[in-house]
Amino acid sequence: MVTSSSSWSQALVQISPYTFSAVGIAISIGVSVLGTAWGIYITGSSLIGAAIKAPRITSKNLISVIFCEAVAIYGVIVAIILQTKLESVPSSRMHDPESMRAGYAIFASGIIVGFANLVCGLCVGIIGSSCALSDAQNSSLFVKILVIEIFGSALGLFGVIVGIIMSAQATWPTKA
Amino acid sequence: MYGFEAMTFNIHGGYLEAIVRGYRSGLLTAADYNNLCQCETLDDIKMHLSATEYGPYLQNEPSPLHTTTIVEKCTLKLVDEYKHMLTQATEPLSTFLEYITYGHMIDNVVLIVTGTLHERDVQELLEKCHPLGMFDSIATLAVAQNMRELYRLVLVDTPLAPYFSECITSEDLDDMNIEIMRNTLYKAYLEDFYRFCQKLGGATAEIMSDLLAFEADRRAVNITINSIGTELTRDDRRKLYSNFGLLYPYGHEELAVCEDIDQVRAAMEKYPPYQTIFSKLSYGESQILDKAFYEEEVKRLCLAFEQQFHYGVFFAYMRLREQEIRNLMWISECVAQNQKSRVHDSVVFIF
Repeated sequence: MVTSSSSWSQALVQISPYTFSAVGIAISIGVSVLGTAWGIYITGSSLIGAAIKAPRITSKNLISVIFCEAVAIYGVIVAIILQTKLESVPSSRMHDPESMRAGYAIFASGIIVGFANLVCGLCVGIIGSSCALSDAQNSSLFVKILVIEIFGSALGLFGVIVGIIMSAQATWPTKA
Repeated sequence: MYGFEAMTFNIHGGYLEAIVRGYRSGLLTAADYNNLCQCETLDDIKMHLSATEYGPYLQNEPSPLHTTTIVEKCTLKLVDEYKHMLTQATEPLSTFLEYITYGHMIDNVVLIVTGTLHERDVQELLEKCHPLGMFDSIATLAVAQNMRELYRLVLVDTPLAPYFSECITSEDLDDMNIEIMRNTLYKAYLEDFYRFCQKLGGATAEIMSDLLAFEADRRAVNITINSIGTELTRDDRRKLYSNFGLLYPYGHEELAVCEDIDQVRAAMEKYPPYQTIFSKLSYGESQILDKAFYEEEVKRLCLAFEQQFHYGVFFAYMRLREQEIRNLMWISECVAQNQKSRVHDSVVFIF
């Protein structure tokens, strides 16, 4: 018996799995790049200002920017992997449970990678800003703060790993 | 939202914050002060200072030097740095930086009005004004006869206009009224600055509240001590205290009725941060109270640098530079007058 509250679930189930997949791929690359850009501007503005007084910090502190950039690369890699998982399915089988599962898997993978990279980029950016300012005052602090940044950038890696495992679930039904 | 400044502060303020932290690394250290205290003449001081960041400002001065020249050139460095930051700041940082100079504007106004009262030449007074507090039409202050004219002719166009509402009277300007005017203006300025910082919110509000509250309390104590034995009534005294700070409102009630230093001490010892200050003074001694307050202020200003992504660092830097210039002035005066034994009476080390 279909009650009014189940009309939402009816509506969601009718959405094509390809919609979910496409949105997942978009989030994977789009939100990762948002995190990267955010992190780079946070680090970059402090780095430039601090380098006026202490020019020696510029070359070493580019590592912070590179860690942020790595986050965008993770997003691109996962987006490319996800788009290779897309396969055509005949329209009679488009709403089979298996193809729905494949669509949801790609969607989830995209969200995982996107948001993990967003916070990772932010984290590395803020630490990089503090790292530049401390390095300008006392150069022995740089290596120690770099360790914190390495732990921060591991967050993006976790997202990528789980995202790739999820995308392995994306097996579309073969033609019966 | 407090705690998330790190995400958006650097859009507008990141570059300037990094610059001001770079300036801070150029403050004189204890080693520099020790070298300066060992100097025999003002030329030695100039030589030592040329090895620090003040070098380019002092190198073209001919000997014989005067202490006022040294202080003037060092202040010029502070003004250059301030202008460099102000020109690159956006709102609300630019308003914040301008607020920092209103105190100097008030001091300049009072200087010119007092000087005119004592028949000094306007040009001579203008040269003594602090460069950070200059504004156009400051010279016309010499023309005014009473406060209403002062306001109408000159001050209505300056940023100090809103602070005048409490002190426009038609009384003629004399020494007592000028001091009351100075303190009333400063009270209005501090309260306005405090409200502005509260509106900014976040870490800026928290750190600036603490620094401004200390300033308000220190001024309350100084007003009390300076007005003991004068004809300032208790109600007038109470009107000069700011309406924020650790001492508000109960401490102000007690301070308003104090008649000598020991009563002030008894009133202040109820507040733990000020108890430590007053415990350094033995009974009956008030000369080193100034130094004790400066030391406490420097300690709090240095702590403002411990946190990132707020505007308090700009305020703290300006105040620390001013303290450094005060130190240099004291050292130069002691050296010039051959009183080297008294050098350490009033020098506050920053690091």
